[in-house]
Amino acid sequence: MATILELENIASQVRRDIVRMVNGCSSGHPGGSLGCADLMTALYFEVLDIKPENFTIEGKNEDMFFLSNGHISPVWYSVLSRRGFFPVSDLSTFRCLGSPLQGHPTPKYNLPGVRISSGSLGQGLSVGVGAALVKKMDGCSNLVYTLHGDGELQEGQIWEAVMFAGGNKVDNLISIIDYNNAQIDGNVDTVLNLGDLKAKFLSFDWEVVEMQGNDMKDCLRGLKEAKSLTKKGKPVVILMHTLMGYGVDFMQGLSSWHGVAPNAEQTADALSQLKETLGDY
Amino acid sequence: MKKYTILGNKDTRSGFGDGLLEAGKRNPNVVALCADLTESVKMTAFKQAFPERFVQIGIAEANMASIAAGMALSGKVAFYSSFAAFATGRVYDQIRQSVAYSNTNVKICGSHAGITLGEDGATHQILEDIGLMKMMPNMIVINPCDYNQTKQAAIAIAEYKGPAYLRFGRPKVPIFISEDTPFVIGKALMINEGKDVSIFATGHLVWEAILAGEILAEQGIDAEIINIHTIKPLDSEAILRSVEKTGCVVSCEEHQFNGGLNDSIAQLLARNNPKPMEYVGIDDQFGESGKPEDLMVKYGLKAANIVEAVHKVLKRK
Repeated sequence: MATILELENIASQVRRDIVRMVNGCSSGHPGGSLGCADLMTALYFEVLDIKPENFTIEGKNEDMFFLSNGHISPVWYSVLSRRGFFPVSDLSTFRCLGSPLQGHPTPKYNLPGVRISSGSLGQGLSVGVGAALVKKMDGCSNLVYTLHGDGELQEGQIWEAVMFAGGNKVDNLISIIDYNNAQIDGNVDTVLNLGDLKAKFLSFDWEVVEMQGNDMKDCLRGLKEAKSLTKKGKPVVILMHTLMGYGVDFMQGLSSWHGVAPNAEQTADALSQLKETLGDY
Repeated sequence: MKKYTILGNKDTRSGFGDGLLEAGKRNPNVVALCADLTESVKMTAFKQAFPERFVQIGIAEANMASIAAGMALSGKVAFYSSFAAFATGRVYDQIRQSVAYSNTNVKICGSHAGITLGEDGATHQILEDIGLMKMMPNMIVINPCDYNQTKQAAIAIAEYKGPAYLRFGRPKVPIFISEDTPFVIGKALMINEGKDVSIFATGHLVWEAILAGEILAEQGIDAEIINIHTIKPLDSEAILRSVEKTGCVVSCEEHQFNGGLNDSIAQLLARNNPKPMEYVGIDDQFGESGKPEDLMVKYGLKAANIVEAVHKVLKRK
């Protein structure tokens, strides 16, 4: 079991990777990636029951993770490589011609860790439900995890899947909402208010857990609580409160950093705020 | 002209249902998903035989397509079915991202395709689905001609690994392909060898092409008729071989000119061996309510229309 400090150190390196990746190709989505760095580190280094050295698309007898908001690929790629799914040096190819690290994730180039394409929002919850149904059919006790942006919940298909999972007691599923109240056009509250999200999920027969997604200790607590609620007849959602761009002072809390790459000067500033712990790629 | 006997009249959707049941018996990994149309798309027998492998989605086709993708990547052969309009056009983006681009083993099964859906009218009569599906990389497109061929096609796509679109219909149409005729994905089926004109037909218009061939034979015109049940991958070799012999072409389908079998053949000929060609199909229109047979007449999909197209193309030879 990793200590909180060890996980925080990994998350710091992941944040450095994110900033360097988007700067390296002058494109990509740093905001949500930085905000989800703690969660993704906690998941991949502590929570998920996975076999990085022997990745299969089918994911039999292991936990499966689906990134529905595919634009935060930088954080996923960094965590996957740091966890040993593929060489860390591959991160330098992000968004470059011929790289398996496409702007939005895809299994097309056999990148270990990625099982389905995402980018067009709203599909990942349904995909996760499908995987969870198969785990039940096959008598596999592992769990399925999905991650979504809060703005993504404006997609209608999400609510089709929420209704289905609640109605069909898909209780081997944990969906995490990155609740940072930021999307491209501004605050989620003003673009299209999600209303009382907790009440909405409860009314669809889901268990709801809330956690502070930029506090490693609380991430572990929330994920543990969510896991304890599985297999009891209801799917579980975690409303994860984060700040877009967390860890870089001039990005933090600003929706304008959703999909903009920092320039050289901003990158240097950002890196000066993030400790190099595992060695840059 | 080779003689074809009507072995019975049956809807092709029943061929799908019986083929799915058979595929389910042969492979325990076959699962079926439906969005509140179980009996309409003939999934009832599968549901009764394998209730634990049947998923009732409710009226949520986007969710269905993506759940199917999630099940397929987890190791299942995932058949989902709805009316063709909702199985394809309604969920184009889900198919594009979660099925085609992700190359998941999902079988998209579109029932009630075309104007012969009948009385429900244009909202349900999709005439663009072949084009929509064939444009997507990784997707194969199959449009069988009768009950027996549809049953075989359903079994064949279960054995094929990768995304597939299977199109079939609601009304009863003649069965004329024997049960033991081999069905091979991507391999056109010779219906009648001839030398004057090549008639390429898909779906139940193959039967109309046979009726046209009989009329043409009486007029002294020796038509070659080929059943193109697989629109993608297209059997280029069979088509080019036939056209090289006959020197002109009529293609027939219950679909828009734009994007259909017509376009696939025209493109193939333009690049290899341009010859005069006429289309029998729907020319940039929506359908309307009516009896299937009356709609076939009004929209020009009958044997008489094929005969007319043959006369026209022969003059251009």
